[in-house]
Amino acid sequence: MKLVVGFMPLLDCASLIVAAERGFAAEEGLDLRLVRETSWANIRDRVIVGHFDAAHMLAPMAIASSLGIGHIKVPFIAPFSLGLGGNAITVSLSLWEEMTRQGAVGGGFTPGLGAALKRVIAAREGAGSEPLTFGMVYPFSCHNYELRYWLAAAGIDPDRDVRLAVIPPPFLADALRTGQIDGFCVGEPWNSVAVDAGVGAIVTPTTALWPLSPEKVLGCQAQWAERYSEQLAGLLRALYRAAAWTEAPKNHAEVAKLLADPRYVGASAGLLHRALSGRLALQPGADPTPLADFFVPASHQATFPWVSHALWMYTQMVRWRQVEFSAEHEAAARRTYRPDLYRAALAHVAVDIPSVDLKIERFFDGREFDPDNDFDPDNLDTRLERG
Amino acid sequence: MAYRLQLGGNDKWTVQSLRGLERDAMSEAALRILLVDQNLTRASILEEGLREAGYTNVTVVRDMQNLLRRIVDADPDVICIDLENPNRDVLEQMFQVSRVVRRPVAMFVDRSDSDMIKAAVESGVGAYVVDGLKKERVKAVVDMAVSRFNAFNDLREELDRARQALDERKVVERAKGILMKERGLSEEAAYALLRKAAMSDNKRVVEIAQAVITAAGLLR
Repeated sequence: MKLVVGFMPLLDCASLIVAAERGFAAEEGLDLRLVRETSWANIRDRVIVGHFDAAHMLAPMAIASSLGIGHIKVPFIAPFSLGLGGNAITVSLSLWEEMTRQGAVGGGFTPGLGAALKRVIAAREGAGSEPLTFGMVYPFSCHNYELRYWLAAAGIDPDRDVRLAVIPPPFLADALRTGQIDGFCVGEPWNSVAVDAGVGAIVTPTTALWPLSPEKVLGCQAQWAERYSEQLAGLLRALYRAAAWTEAPKNHAEVAKLLADPRYVGASAGLLHRALSGRLALQPGADPTPLADFFVPASHQATFPWVSHALWMYTQMVRWRQVEFSAEHEAAARRTYRPDLYRAALAHVAVDIPSVDLKIERFFDGREFDPDNDFDPDNLDTRLERG
Repeated sequence: MAYRLQLGGNDKWTVQSLRGLERDAMSEAALRILLVDQNLTRASILEEGLREAGYTNVTVVRDMQNLLRRIVDADPDVICIDLENPNRDVLEQMFQVSRVVRRPVAMFVDRSDSDMIKAAVESGVGAYVVDGLKKERVKAVVDMAVSRFNAFNDLREELDRARQALDERKVVERAKGILMKERGLSEEAAYALLRKAAMSDNKRVVEIAQAVITAAGLLR
């Protein structure tokens, strides 16, 4: 059967492209047609009108659609995670210079980066300068929540002390160059593109803030999944195998070459290769630095749709006032993630399927998100407040 | 206008719903429409269509610099954007967070509009409307956008075909020239030879012509 799947040009569409190009989809009897899109809003709308059977989707977008925030309410599901990590926070060279003057040290995720940024912001405020502007890709995205989490953890109010603006990934390096923005949070290869262009410095991979953090999912309409359950199961098996193939270091050169094709990501194969192997140049001209578990397509149960991920994203929607908390919404957020479909499809294929749907999520500042306790109505408000 | 003062008022929601009522009583001419399209030709086609239909308050934004400022100034009731535009995500965020822009919502607020959604997405246009606007009034604008976008798509396809035909003719002309020179043939005879080869190989004349050009390049 022909399956049409939309994607955005980013490193983490790799498993989809490998599934189509390396025969994993064909093995499942699927004729996988990939369609490149230009905006996340288009991805969502084309899934809604049925142009796409499924899509490479921002995980929070699938939840937002199920809740009906920001747009018409259409129940989406996320039965598969398209890997973990892959994002970073990049700032302009001039902001990086200001940060180092305030005590920041380069080289990955060093202590005191957030504190240095806070001092920069205070100094600028004292001097009467314009507030700093940070770019991200979409209001309902892990990039938005990760950036906000990091800023808030440093005592910076993301809604008052800085400005946040949506900029499409391919425009970020230019926006940094022209001073339209001072930094951004985005998935690869777009951080490396800015470093390579000599206009940005990577402050931290977001996996340093939240190790093995979720990012994209395979999203589709709940209704479609019900009707085409066999095809969906076949697609999950194909993606599972493609993810393992993508992760194997011996295949990185070929995956990078595939992704570099203008029909797919259209960025330099060299940059994509580095991101796949978790070695990013953090500053223009610097040697690549190895980053632990930077982008994990398959291992660490990376493809499993943890319901705790969905619930954390929902708490962030509430925390940043995108929506008010309601028990009904919480239930809908839970329902969006479908570990049951994952287990059914992969029972005879995967050996690392978790037996539970929830786990405790741990963050760089020592905080934990425990989905069993954090939804206890008695302490919900305080929990949400502290993220 | 009085309503600009009202915008700063405290009781925003009451003001908005009152304004909604007020607006519905107004003529179509008063409906403020903003077109965000990087393609000037397409934007003109739609703008013209809207003006002909009596919508006089149409603003076209082509470049994305200061998009927020432009939206604030135009204060539109309906916004149409081309779906090839990556800045559509920028627009959605502005609606989400901005306190200066009246919050438009995507045009499709309930599922009864699904045919309209489908038609719009297929033609390549997205629309946003402010809350409280009557569906029929919006539908007329969206229908117009859909039909003009479709007309533009047809035009573009036709243009592509014409361009391709022109390119192909140039290739055939060059191949004919090579055959005339190398084999001392007349123009008609050269073309007849290409055609014969195409028929016996079950190929198009332009493919044979391209092969002749390539071969001539190799033999030179």
